[in-house]
Amino acid sequence: MSSTAVPGSVGRPRGRRLPSRFKRDKWQALLFLGPAVVLLVGLVVYPVVYTIVYSFGNTNSRLEVTRWVGFDNYERLFTRDKEFLNLDVFPPSGAFINNLKWVVLYTSISLALGLLIAILAARVRYESMVKAIIFIPMAISATAVAIIWKFVYDPDPNVGSLNAFISNFGLDPVAWYGRADVVNYALIFAYVWASTGFATVVISAALKGISEEVIEAARTDGASEWDIFRRIQLPLLSLPVSVVTVWLLINVIKVFDIIYVMTGGGPGGASEVIAFSMVDETFTNGEGGYGAAIAVVMLALIIPIMAFNIRRFRSERVVG
Amino acid sequence: MATAEVTVAQPRATPAERIVKFITRSPVHLALIAISVIWLVPTVGLAVTSFRPRAEIQSSSWWSSLTDWSFTLHNYELVLDNARMGSSFVSSLIITIPSTLLPLAFGAMAAYAFSWVRFPFRDTIFLIIVALMVVPIQMALVPLLRLFRDLGIADWYVGIWLAHTAFGLPLAIFLLRNFFITLPRDLIEAAKVDGASHFRIFLKVVVPLSVPALASFGIFQFLWVWNDLLMALIFVQNSDLWPMTIRINQMQSTYGIEWHLLSAGAFLLMIVPLIVFFALQRYFVQGLLAGSVK
Repeated sequence: MSSTAVPGSVGRPRGRRLPSRFKRDKWQALLFLGPAVVLLVGLVVYPVVYTIVYSFGNTNSRLEVTRWVGFDNYERLFTRDKEFLNLDVFPPSGAFINNLKWVVLYTSISLALGLLIAILAARVRYESMVKAIIFIPMAISATAVAIIWKFVYDPDPNVGSLNAFISNFGLDPVAWYGRADVVNYALIFAYVWASTGFATVVISAALKGISEEVIEAARTDGASEWDIFRRIQLPLLSLPVSVVTVWLLINVIKVFDIIYVMTGGGPGGASEVIAFSMVDETFTNGEGGYGAAIAVVMLALIIPIMAFNIRRFRSERVVG
Repeated sequence: MATAEVTVAQPRATPAERIVKFITRSPVHLALIAISVIWLVPTVGLAVTSFRPRAEIQSSSWWSSLTDWSFTLHNYELVLDNARMGSSFVSSLIITIPSTLLPLAFGAMAAYAFSWVRFPFRDTIFLIIVALMVVPIQMALVPLLRLFRDLGIADWYVGIWLAHTAFGLPLAIFLLRNFFITLPRDLIEAAKVDGASHFRIFLKVVVPLSVPALASFGIFQFLWVWNDLLMALIFVQNSDLWPMTIRINQMQSTYGIEWHLLSAGAFLLMIVPLIVFFALQRYFVQGLLAGSVK
């Protein structure tokens, strides 16, 4: 294998490395890194700086800065924009609060279902089939997930599976994505459906690492299935559970596509979230500076989660 | 061999014992079957609907059609031609392929430098690039749109290729570098002693040995771009070039909620990811797990 992979001599003198090698290395590093660095600086770093600067200004509809306003965009976001954050009513409302609902419900339900399915599936012979079924939605786009669930939620019980199901119990059809008090939960569950496969697969892989003999020994010692879960499996699952939690949290701060396609933020803005407000303010209302402030808030929310993640990756790293 | 002893010690379970065992486990089976059904019904329902005539979708439920089956491909003809999903399918491919290959190539090259070329501040630069994974695309929508307009490339695919490439690079570099450094040092040193240049070592040694890592990132990035809606929405302004994700959404506002069109459209959008899923399941799962840091 290695003998075929290593290229033969290409005519330079064999032997120990030349002193000039290090200098040439630096030149070659430039060639290897060049394209990536140019693209990252031009298309990621520069836009980040641009957007941060932008968030202190007001723009016209062509997204050109017309006036510098300091922190006013941020102040407006958290104090004056009732569509973003309204603390005057009870319960509080607005895109920020909606996103908070997403954080709590989407993260906890996906995690709990993933844990449950992984643990149950490990006890049956058709485990791989169950996991494949749960995982398939991970492959498809949030756009397709939105269409699939809009069909499930269709208000006509002759069309929508969910309304047909509840009509069996004598309940009236519900406009799942058309009612302000239900729409967020309908969206969250659809996205849970799409994401649980990830939680299941990660947790299941970790469960496989727990020795079967330890579990059997506990069983013969009279441990109940609950004891086995609580005392043996759960402590060893803390790492995969944190991997999944980080992934779900980052996902939920960025959630956009499924809402855009299923409800367009409606009815009456009831299902807007942070990422949705950003696009809406910038491209629908032409408020580039205000939208930039929302983007900066998103970045500020993601940084601590990602910092935790990267630190964990570094602590786990064996080589390098 | 503890297991062998156990099987010898225990006589084969009688059918009665097996039934008892199955029943004590039946809550597990019932729960798993219920969950599997909940996970399958939404997709199956839409799949069945995509093959039903419009009049029937409106008059009877999709599950009643399972017993009284009248199958048609007409919906697919309609979305492919009239609703322009055919040209959007091609657009999705034109957007996705370069947006996958470019970060793969540039990412692998950079990852090689971070693994096997010595230069000052190597680890610092690597960490800065990894840190760029935190940046949500929302931070770049307006500046990139303006940049692409200024460069005069906003009306074609170049803008979205570049945007996807740049935002895919941190993950590519992170994953590939972590794989490259696990390659045996002796192999690289031997090639160097033979006088091979870095480019030869990269192409002839590192890349052939890293196919699993390249495939995992490639599949992740391919599906990420194929499934993307937001970046296409902003960077593909020319409606002739819209990928399928935008086209389906547009169908809702043009025709209203017409399930015969939306169901067929959604299935055209899903078909490529599903093929990838069933054909490359192992790489696919690895790729998604690897991409979980994004």
